[in-house]
Amino acid sequence: MDIWLPLKHWDLFATGVWTTLVLTFLSVGAGFFIALPCALAIWRKSPGWRLAAGYAYVFRGTPLLVQTYLIYYGLAQFDFVRESWAWSILREAWWCALIAFSLNSGAYATEILRGAFQTTPRGELEAAAALGFTPRQITWLILLPSALRRAAPQYMNEIVFMLHGSVVASVITIQDILGAGRTLNAKYYVAYEGFVTAALLYMAITFALVGLFRLIERRYMRHLLPAREEAAAQGAHLGAPTIVG
Amino acid sequence: MKNTIAAALAAFGLLTGAAGAADLRICVEGAYPPFSETTPSGELKGFDIDIAKALCDEMGKTCELVKTEWDGIIPALLERKCDAIIASMSITPERQKVIDFSDKYYNTPARFVARKGANIEFTPEGLKGKVVGVQRGTIHQDFMEGEFPGVELKLYGTQDEAYLDLAAGRVDALMADSVAIDDGFLKTEAGKDFEFVGPAYSVPKYHGEGAGIGVRKGDPMKDEWSKAIKRLRESGKYDEIMHKYFDYDIYGG
Repeated sequence: MDIWLPLKHWDLFATGVWTTLVLTFLSVGAGFFIALPCALAIWRKSPGWRLAAGYAYVFRGTPLLVQTYLIYYGLAQFDFVRESWAWSILREAWWCALIAFSLNSGAYATEILRGAFQTTPRGELEAAAALGFTPRQITWLILLPSALRRAAPQYMNEIVFMLHGSVVASVITIQDILGAGRTLNAKYYVAYEGFVTAALLYMAITFALVGLFRLIERRYMRHLLPAREEAAAQGAHLGAPTIVG
Repeated sequence: MKNTIAAALAAFGLLTGAAGAADLRICVEGAYPPFSETTPSGELKGFDIDIAKALCDEMGKTCELVKTEWDGIIPALLERKCDAIIASMSITPERQKVIDFSDKYYNTPARFVARKGANIEFTPEGLKGKVVGVQRGTIHQDFMEGEFPGVELKLYGTQDEAYLDLAAGRVDALMADSVAIDDGFLKTEAGKDFEFVGPAYSVPKYHGEGAGIGVRKGDPMKDEWSKAIKRLRESGKYDEIMHKYFDYDIYGG
């Protein structure tokens, strides 16, 4: 184990960390905007809800690696895909990964949000209706703030899973963290240096994310904290506007 | 409790198979036609595979072929997952820092392949801004990085994946072994619109002196392998295997 080897190629890993972070956050972000309408549709049984449920079912039922392969190598097999405008996007490994990851993350998020909608206390929604809130207001002012808070712990877990799942990008030529590790290993014919460095970087990012989530939870879920911690959290955020539900 | 552990260990032993039953374990790749490929039914075949089996027969040893990812194949040898590498591995100074090699068992030049009529000039200037695919951790990656510094390289885990992306048009050209390209791609249905371009490269600094059998540093088997290759050449068995795959000589001068 030569610890200088990864340090000598720090630029390789720096690019890798950047690629992994951008890919993970864009996928989770896009996934959220796919999931929100899907979850609402499924919860309300509005028209097309079966389509949304089918999407979530298919993308949760198949491995991310297979989805990525199908989009990257699979679609490229068809002449009509290669001759269409979509090829300018599908040509790029980066976009293929982003599309696959977003669809995958969106499917999991759909289930998380649907669960959160379903556990919304009926009283909250009935009270809002009794006070004359319009359906739109009920969705945006009552349902979402309440459901998103309840979904948050699971959703944050999904982000960590997406971060770890993003290693799949390295099999379609993207130089993410694992890709950088593999390149280092291949260059020096070693087994550990690249992988250990990659593992440490993923671990550092995960811990940073978990820390960030904890801060967010303290801010937006203060009402769920035990009394003592609540006092501490309030102390830490003295003067901050209160958005306690 | 002890019995449970013993039973579990026994079951594990069964699962991991007859490791140690064969005299030698040989790392092969299985995704590098026509030298080494995996048939749809999971069987290994190809020039490397046949040579490996013939060499083992020649030495009177039983061998077990271990399919290994290319970019982990040298570590696998060093970690004693296998005792030799027979995977079209070129004998290069860089690799010789880590492992030893037998004498070569074939030597073929490297070439570019691109779509017919691509009209690219294959010089460092002409290729600037183009995308060239290579297999990760090969002499071709080193060659491209050393001689064509301005070219964007795409790194693939296997040569087969690189062919898929060339056919799809994601890369402008591939740099690889000429024989591998010819039989593994150009002569197949997928490769009919493609052709060799530019000269044949054989630069000792990058391409080495041909493909040899990789063994751990100081392994006395190194000479055994070289002698076995020599005997195979003399007995005509080598030509027999070679002509099964190629209608020309790949041993080189």
